[in-house]
Amino acid sequence: MTGGVAPIELVYLASAALFIFALNWMNAPRTARRGVLAGVVAMTLAVLGTLLTPGIVHWGAIAGAIAVGFVVGVPLSRVALTAVPQRTALSHAFGGLAAGLVGAAEYYLGLSAGGADLTRFRMTAISAEIILGFLTFTGSLMAAGKLQEIRWIPQRPVTYRFQNATNLGLLAIAVVCGVALIVRPAQVTFLFPVMIALSLAFGVLLIIPIGGADMPTVISLLNSYAGLSAVAMGFVLDNKLLVVAGALDGSSGLILSIIMCRAMNRSFANVLFGAFGQVQQKAAAGEQKAVKQETPEGAAQALEQAQLVVVVPGYGLAVARAQQRVRELYDQLSRRGVDVRFAIHPVAGRMPGHMNVLLAEADIPYDKLVEMDDINPDMPQCDVCLVVGANDVVNPAARHEKTSPIYGMPIIDADKAKLTIAIKRTMNPGFAGIDNELYTAEHTYMLFGDAKQVVGELVKQLSGGSGMH
Amino acid sequence: MTGTHALLAAAAVAGADFATMLYVFMLATFIGLGVITRVSRLLHTPLMSLTNAISAIAVVGSIVITGRDHPWYITALGAVALFASMTNIVSGFLITDRMLKMFKTERGKEPRR
Repeated sequence: MTGGVAPIELVYLASAALFIFALNWMNAPRTARRGVLAGVVAMTLAVLGTLLTPGIVHWGAIAGAIAVGFVVGVPLSRVALTAVPQRTALSHAFGGLAAGLVGAAEYYLGLSAGGADLTRFRMTAISAEIILGFLTFTGSLMAAGKLQEIRWIPQRPVTYRFQNATNLGLLAIAVVCGVALIVRPAQVTFLFPVMIALSLAFGVLLIIPIGGADMPTVISLLNSYAGLSAVAMGFVLDNKLLVVAGALDGSSGLILSIIMCRAMNRSFANVLFGAFGQVQQKAAAGEQKAVKQETPEGAAQALEQAQLVVVVPGYGLAVARAQQRVRELYDQLSRRGVDVRFAIHPVAGRMPGHMNVLLAEADIPYDKLVEMDDINPDMPQCDVCLVVGANDVVNPAARHEKTSPIYGMPIIDADKAKLTIAIKRTMNPGFAGIDNELYTAEHTYMLFGDAKQVVGELVKQLSGGSGMH
Repeated sequence: MTGTHALLAAAAVAGADFATMLYVFMLATFIGLGVITRVSRLLHTPLMSLTNAISAIAVVGSIVITGRDHPWYITALGAVALFASMTNIVSGFLITDRMLKMFKTERGKEPRR
């Protein structure tokens, strides 16, 4: 460039600014859709600008790849909202794959040009891109498989002796290969495919010991890795727009992982290497307290007479497809002037914010969806707390039971309500594999059965009563 | 002599460029952290699908690799990368908008653009 700035650089600059606006507008539901629009405009600008750069000859290959991307992408955007975590994991996998493949292409291009372009800085970026990209690829595929409950991928954590040592050893060897390639890029070419293979293997092994309850954290971490691999690609291609967009994605994943870890009172290391969610060895079961059952009639009466009802939804609610019934219950109670709110634990569902989307789909107004920290001060005033499909996030053992695996995890204070009604299929323990002492508490009553049926029964009781008016 | 000088000069320019890139990375990360912490917790799922689509800006690199006159296997690597990025862009933006449309204060009122 002779003094001036290439027009494409200005296009990229505008695009980067629009991406920042896009994320900025996500701060409130009212402006969020504007954010999507800004993102689409930014992306279109960048793609068109790039297509207009000189030197492009393989138009057919570009058109074909873009067409197939549309053909696969449109159905992927139409999946059920319960399947959004899988779709997101798959998307991280695609992001990692793209980064890895571009890294490989750049390396072999550099080699065929004699290796002069493969400076230490670029080789460092290429190695980072390869390792991050390919481990994100297989790791995210594994996570998507676990979330989709594909039969040959075990749901429960798989552990074996020296697991962490083996995994970290593999990663260390991959990094050593990377360092060797940085020092002698054109001499130790055989190490390049070795580094790719090790990264692919590490991604699989990283996810194998992780259980369902940790998926929100893992998805967020993989999100961060996918972003960082895009940053590495930016360094390789000397493209600042890629660095900016990748850094935005990486920091988003990082923040979400931190929120998820805090919501479970766990560290990154504990999530990744702790193999949480195995069925716990039963620690000397004390005296078995009996649970008290309630009838739908009794529960409906209690709900009707309440002033404040707090519903604590868990993923079980979505599994039972009970969202619509819950909305009908919300309608019935709101019509009677009952204040109904939903208490959302940060890790409810299978990914950050999942429960909010599932309830929004059922037309529950978003101002009724209240964060854990905001609802807990109101729980002592709550007349009826209705727990639907949630388990570990309302277990009071997290507060005082030091031997419990969930000790220290912040919980929704369902036990502080004047009356708690828990809908549950059976007395089976939840994801963390531990008993819930909420169910045997003094003012807790159980409604056994499928969430959809039981809530439907409650709605029927209530609508029967309102038919008189 | 001049050759060595040109090489040194090129190295110096390249070094300055790498430093610029590192600055861009650092500043963008701080902007990201600042902007993302202000995102409503209600919207964390759409946020993740939106950032998915945004980081698929890797499409820019894939287009250049696919489109330039390179050996066929490089074009193939680029085309697969381009397909993967394009899928993320299309599905990411569409599903984000689909989810955001569901967030209403009262029934029937969609959020404005």
